Amino acid sequence: MEEKPVHQEHKNSPGYGYNILIWLTLISLTCVSVAVAGLDLGAYILLTALVIATIKSTLVINIFMHIKFDDPIFKLFFSLIIFTLFVLFVLTAFDILYR
Amino acid sequence: MSNSISTSIKSFYEYEGKHRGILGWILSTDHKRIGLLYLWSMVGFFLVGVFLGFLMRLEMLSMGKTIMGPQTYNAIFTLHGIIMIFLFIVPGIPAAFGNFFLPIMIGAEDVQFPRLNLLSWWLYVTGGLFAIISLFLSGGPIDTGWTFYVPYSIRTTTQVILPLIAAFILGFSSILTGINFITTVHRMRAKGMTFFKLPLFVWALYATGWIQIIGTPVIGITILLVIIERVFSVGLFDPALGGDPILFQHLFWIYSHPAVYIMILPAMGVVSEIIPTFARKHIFGYKAIAFSSLAIAFIGTLVWGHHMFTSGMSDTARWVYSFLTYIVALPSAVKVFNWVATMYKGSIRMSAPFVFVMAFIVLFSIGGLTGLILGSVATNVHVHDTYFVVAHFHFVMFGGTGFIFFAALHYWFPKMFGKMYNEKIAMTAVGILTIGFLMLYFTMFILGYEGMPRRYYDYLPQFQFLHILATVGSWVLISGLLLMFGNLLYSLRKGASAKANPWNGMTLEWMTSSPPPFENFNYHPEIKFGPYEYEHYEEAVKDEYK
Repeated sequence: MEEKPVHQEHKNSPGYGYNILIWLTLISLTCVSVAVAGLDLGAYILLTALVIATIKSTLVINIFMHIKFDDPIFKLFFSLIIFTLFVLFVLTAFDILYR
Repeated sequence: MSNSISTSIKSFYEYEGKHRGILGWILSTDHKRIGLLYLWSMVGFFLVGVFLGFLMRLEMLSMGKTIMGPQTYNAIFTLHGIIMIFLFIVPGIPAAFGNFFLPIMIGAEDVQFPRLNLLSWWLYVTGGLFAIISLFLSGGPIDTGWTFYVPYSIRTTTQVILPLIAAFILGFSSILTGINFITTVHRMRAKGMTFFKLPLFVWALYATGWIQIIGTPVIGITILLVIIERVFSVGLFDPALGGDPILFQHLFWIYSHPAVYIMILPAMGVVSEIIPTFARKHIFGYKAIAFSSLAIAFIGTLVWGHHMFTSGMSDTARWVYSFLTYIVALPSAVKVFNWVATMYKGSIRMSAPFVFVMAFIVLFSIGGLTGLILGSVATNVHVHDTYFVVAHFHFVMFGGTGFIFFAALHYWFPKMFGKMYNEKIAMTAVGILTIGFLMLYFTMFILGYEGMPRRYYDYLPQFQFLHILATVGSWVLISGLLLMFGNLLYSLRKGASAKANPWNGMTLEWMTSSPPPFENFNYHPEIKFGPYEYEHYEEAVKDEYK
């Protein structure tokens, strides 16, 4: 069997500065989450929290977990899992929204 | 092939690595040794679970207190469930037979991450030890049932936290196995082993790996939330604290229903190996069976709500989940029809693994069809939380996964241990097991339909005859188990040497010696034919392995 390289650095990996910028963005979004929790947004509070969480996880998955720079197969796998998660949310909503 | 082949090649048992003796096993990263470590551990836990089940049935032999009180009965059915689910059936076939055979069946030397593989076994053992230690800590054995339903699991004074941590650790073990198998299938296949030449057992393990990765973290987080609520009184699930108990049920079953497919899919994969081998025929509908595994994995992830029809969930959700439940029956039926079609006009050889599979098809079909009764809201409400559910569950899990675990043990026993077992005794054991099984569990369908609630240590006089019948059935079942395990244990020491390919199989594990060498093959496997193309048997199998 052919020897395959165990690990390859991605050609387009971001530098430290970019990573720190992402980190600061994540911290800021956490602060926003905490601040928003104190506001009376009624039914929109859940939606707001989910939007912030989605932005944060998108940054972590793409940048810190290098999915943005990786092979398409990994993007496909991640998309599959995100889709499954979305379906789980929708199905749970059939109970929560109509109870 | 002659026996000289199997003896002239140094097997993995004889391989001398860095460590010797017991350390050579518990520190080994060889997938075959890890598979056997899992096998022995699981058989041990299984026998403990059987003993607890035996005690439960003994208690139900007569009305009122027979050998234990209600609190002990609660603890015993909880332990029986936790041990059988988390320590036997969930890891079951993938961890033992998957570990041993997946790399061999794709022509690889090992799994992609051997150290992670060993870690998963250590996590499994640690989780098992935590569950056992919890029995002796303050509060006494957990009495919540294996489902840990809130608010009871938050309020009970029994020891809940340690068993929950045990389940959390066991979940990690399961995730690691899933990651390893998926990566191995993608990265380690031998030359010529395309996806559509993969044995169907590998397809099943691949689909199972995805459920393990997607579903298990949900139960992990849910367990942590219960612990947080118990320790810090944070109102998550307990209505007295402002929580939502139905949310717990959603989170629990989002994992635990797909977990049923973690348990049954690998078993279906084993069936898809055994039937073509013993019918000497190409499997009917290879692609349909392969894709039905993926379909079961995906649709099975969406049907968890059928466990909650009487929980207070919305009516809209009830019909949605009922509808989805009926859909998941389709890919399961595809498999059963294809297995039966494979046998049609085949040259069938009646051996113990094949007879186990025949028993499985009958028992699993009964389990599957009664699942439709439970999947329909109207009938579910009638039999919910009765012995009907217990019977359905045991038909699917024990008659399904359990029987196929035994079938796999007999099918691959010659390969794993290099020994043959007594065929007549094995066949007798299958007969006794099936009779005992039907006496024990079919009786429960009737009991449940007549209104006998589950998890009660006592019952009304009109249920006595059927309870006695079920208890006697448990004795017959245990006799069959003792005979089967006794036969295999005796054969380990005294059995005749096994040929490399005793069943004339075509998948790669039969193209190496019994037991296999450390690196699985003494040559580089190159795959030219599909795994069940018996018309190419002569060309595909080397002379020394015939």
